[in-house]
Formats: sequence, C-alpha cells, structure tokens
Amino acid sequence: MTPEEIKQKGTKVYTKPELLNDTPMHYCPGCSHGVVHKLVAEVIKEMGMEDNAIGVAPVGCAVFAYSYIDIDWIEAAHGRAPAVATGAKRLNTDALVFTYQGDGDLAAIGTAETIHAANRGENIAIIFINNAIYGMTGGQMAPTTLEGQKTATTPYGRRVDLNGYPLKISNLLAQLDGTCYVTRQAVHNPAAVRKAKAAIRQAFENSLKGLGTSVVEVVSTCNSGWKMTPAKANEWMVDNMFPAYPLGDLKNTVEK
Amino acid sequence: MKDEVRLMKGNEAIAHAAIRYGADGYFGYPITPQSEVLETLEALMPWETTGMVVLQAESEVASINMVYGGASTGKAVMTSSSSPGISLMQEGLSYIAAGELPALVVNVMRGGPGLGTIQPSQSDYFQAVKGGGHGDYHYIVLAPSTVQEMADFVGLGFDLAFKYRTPAMLLADGIVGQMMEKVVLPEARPRRTPEQIAEQCPWAVTGHAGKRKPNVLTTLELDSAKMEVNNERYQRTYRQIEENEVRYQEYYTEDAEYIFVAFGSIARICLKAIEDAREAGVKVGLIRPITLWPFPTKVLAGYSRKVKGMMVVELNAGQMVEDVRLAAEGRVPVYHYGRMGGIVPNPQEVMDAFLQKFPEAQ
Repeated sequence: MTPEEIKQKGTKVYTKPELLNDTPMHYCPGCSHGVVHKLVAEVIKEMGMEDNAIGVAPVGCAVFAYSYIDIDWIEAAHGRAPAVATGAKRLNTDALVFTYQGDGDLAAIGTAETIHAANRGENIAIIFINNAIYGMTGGQMAPTTLEGQKTATTPYGRRVDLNGYPLKISNLLAQLDGTCYVTRQAVHNPAAVRKAKAAIRQAFENSLKGLGTSVVEVVSTCNSGWKMTPAKANEWMVDNMFPAYPLGDLKNTVEK
Repeated sequence: MKDEVRLMKGNEAIAHAAIRYGADGYFGYPITPQSEVLETLEALMPWETTGMVVLQAESEVASINMVYGGASTGKAVMTSSSSPGISLMQEGLSYIAAGELPALVVNVMRGGPGLGTIQPSQSDYFQAVKGGGHGDYHYIVLAPSTVQEMADFVGLGFDLAFKYRTPAMLLADGIVGQMMEKVVLPEARPRRTPEQIAEQCPWAVTGHAGKRKPNVLTTLELDSAKMEVNNERYQRTYRQIEENEVRYQEYYTEDAEYIFVAFGSIARICLKAIEDAREAGVKVGLIRPITLWPFPTKVLAGYSRKVKGMMVVELNAGQMVEDVRLAAEGRVPVYHYGRMGGIVPNPQEVMDAFLQKFPEAQ
C-alpha cells in the first residue's frame, strides 16, 4: 500500500487478522496475550502457513488459544507442550509446529520438557509469555516472579531465601547448542509490537528451515494478577520487569 | 521370509512387530526389564526403511506426551516402559484416553511398589485395568503370555486402538519380556499414507486447517453439561469394547471341577501344574484372560455355576482375584495364590497352594 493510497478516504489500513475468529476472548483488557495472539495469527497468514500449521496450547491463561486462532491445535497437559510438539513435528516434518506457553507452564512444571526439546534442537518455535505470575489460577508466584513481588502465594513479596530467584530461563536456553534463536521481546507500545512480530516471523521461518529450536520470550503484563490498571501495569513492567529481563536477542545464529 | 521361525526375546519381538505393523513412531525411555525395545528399534534403524520415527525421550513423562502429540496427528505411535515409568505416564494416559486417541503402550512389569525390583511381577494390574490416572476412563489391556503373543498383540493393540479411538496397553511382565522363544513375526506392511490417515482419522490434527474447519484436540471442557456429554460418549465406547472385545483362552475346562484363573507368564506355570494334576486324576482347568480390560466376566460367571471352586494365581498380592470374585458373585469359593517381590513360583508350589485351599480336590 502506497502512502497515497493510505491517505485516501475510506482505505482500510488496519484490520483484524483473518485467522483470528470472532470468539470473544477471555483475556482481561490490558493483558498482553491478546496482542501476541494477533501477531501469531498475522504471521501465520502472511507466511501462507494456515494450511500447514499445528499450534500446541499450554495450561494457563492461554489454554484457550485454540478457540481464537483458526488453525489446527493440540491442547497439551501442563508443561508438556514441547514434548507434544516434538511428537507432532517429528511425525509431520513439513508442518509449522509451535508451542505457546506461559511462565509457569514453560519454566516451572515443564522445565525438563522445555530444556530437552531445545537441546535436541527440535524444529519448533516456542512463544513464551513471561508475566511473572500465574494468571489463570488467581495470581500465584511464578518461577519468573521478581524478588519482592507480591502474589497470592507470596503475600509479603517473593523472598529469595524462601522461594529462590527469578528464573531467567531464556538465558539458559540460549546456552544450548540446539537453539538457533532466542530473543526477548515485549508488546507494550507499537514499536515493540512490530519488533515482536518480526521475531515471531523469524522463529517460525527458522523452524520451517530446520535450523533448530527458536524461542521468543514476550515480557508481558498481567494487570489483573498484578492488581493494576492496564496503563499502570505497562509502566510497572518497564520499570521492574525490563531490568530483570532486558529486551533483545539473547542468541541468533541465523544469517540474515 | 514369510513364516520364518526366529528365536528372540519378547522385548525384541515387540520392536520387530512394530516396524512390520507400519508404526509411525516410537518414543521411549530406558528402564529394566524392557530396554531392549528401544535398543532393538535403534539398531534396526526403521527410519531408513519404513520411515518410522524412533526417539529416546528425556523421561517417561516426555515420551507419553510425545505419543500424545504424534497420536493427535493420526499417526500410529507407541511407547514402552516398565512399572515405575508407567506410573510417570499416568497423566499422559489420562489425556490420551480423554482425547480419544489411538496409541499403544507396553508395560513390561517389574516388582513394586517404589523402585521395587527389576524381577518379573504382575502388580500393576489394578493400575492398568482400573484407570491409574485421574478421571473416569479405561483402555484396552492385552496380556501376552508368550513371545509370539508379544509380537502378535502389537498389531492387535494398534488395530483395536484405532477401531475404538482409545489407548491400548500390552501388560506383559519381565518373564515374557526377557525370555527367548520361537516366534513367527507378522508380515510387513507399509505405513499408511497421509491420504489414508486423513480418511481414517478425520479428527486428526494434521495442520491442514486451510482446507477444512480447524481440528482441535483438547480434553478441556469447562461447561459441566458439555463435559458430561463427553463422559457419556467415553462410557458408550467402553460398553462397546466390553461387548465386542473380550478375549480369553480355555484349557482343560470341559470337565473341570476346579478352575484356575491366571494371565501372562504365570498362566503357563499354572498350565504345567494343571497337566501334572490331571495325570494324578485331579480335574482342573485354566482360564487365561487375554484382555484384562475388558475382563471375561461373563465367562467366569458361567463357570462359577459349574465348578466347585476357583483358584486365582498372580505375581502380586491379589489384584485380578477381585474381578474374579465379582464375576463369581459368591457362588463358589475363589482363592488367591500370589508371590511378590519378583519371585516366580514353580508348578509344584502352585499345586500345593491349590490343594491347601481345596483339599477335597485330591
């Protein structure tokens, strides 16, 4: 679309992605999941992969991802998405297979499945929503919960002497020879959204090219769990989450 | 060569039979006494011939979930393990049952509980036939007693699993897994094509949502009314299986006054005891359930009206005996003789136990 066309009255310059259906989303207003879902739907369509894509949904807030994006999905048990994706991808080598997981799913109960799938270099993409809390079960501590952060199970703030440290699992995954691309993104403003979209696209392309495992961590807000307004949650994320989880590529072995 | 007689372990026979069946994938984790399944598959390299995928997973939790992922795409996939590993798979088995997915799981049982022993046992009967994982579900349980049956039940298990969209388990034990016997392997056949899979499994998550409505494999249903509909559908399938798929074998039952009931390897020891007893004029017979679920309840109920007593022999503390008692409904005494810890009784010990319970039989 040229700038002239865009300027013309009545030209549609922005629309809901075709693969995102009309099912009302259960996500809270202000939550990052909605934006990331939109990006995943857009990228699959732009790549023309809607006829050869298998998503693996987690247990957590994104358990219903399959209700919103019109592709084939498998709903995995809690934490097992990378193992489920391994089975699906090994037996359907030409399909775009990706998981969509939260921090509890990926970095607590599913740590073994995550690390070993990545270490085998499974040709899958992992979309990792890190909002430092368990959203679906009502705001309990996640492995990525920040030191001092109050949650339902750390009502006086996370204490590292009791609960250990925030787990920087993407840094860990970047150390593995099986990963080709590990990046940390956010979707709190339009510029970040554009970067996150490009990262998801690269991750999907990597897995189709058979280059190994790609991980896109999206540092996200959970304004309900954090008990903040959406705007305040974005500010809190920038001020508190970004220092602990700095944005940018942690690893990129793929030549552009 | 067709009908060629070979000598091999039960575990090896499973690997050969899986390739010949045209299985698409195997995912497993080493554990005694069944590691030869994975070892044999790795050595045979079926990915070079049939295209079958073989992968050593990082845990049994991962392998059953790889099976879940592969089965979701309509492929014929399997895993094998032994008792402690099967415990780790219970979550995945519940999901596979709930997802109405065909899959084959082999359990070469060892003694438990806990880490237990690596010697043979049948102490996972309850776990296999009563559910094991969470939720109301069943799956087909086949109990091989020979290496030949280890080979044959791979194909039977897959066929039944696809027919009813349910997991099937081969519940073997360390003896059947480890012993070498003569076996004629099933004829090799090609793996199904993607077209055949699409036709056979229209529900499969093949990724091709662009050409049809998306296929979603989920076991979650928050609406209780809808979930109950799902539960009722599962139960209808189970009733069909109970109606159609009961399998068992009878030995010397025609004129038997007492019936032994035993499955798997111990059934063969019972058979030897029975043959010795018959020479001494004791009229005993054997019923060997081949399907442990569905259980041959009706058959045993019928015999409970004819015989004077039943003797259930197991390599456990008394598990299947409960189902035999339910079938007999108190019409005749049902006794149990079991050994645990990996101890396998000899025919004389079996007969001594029988005569102790039924001294009038002599």
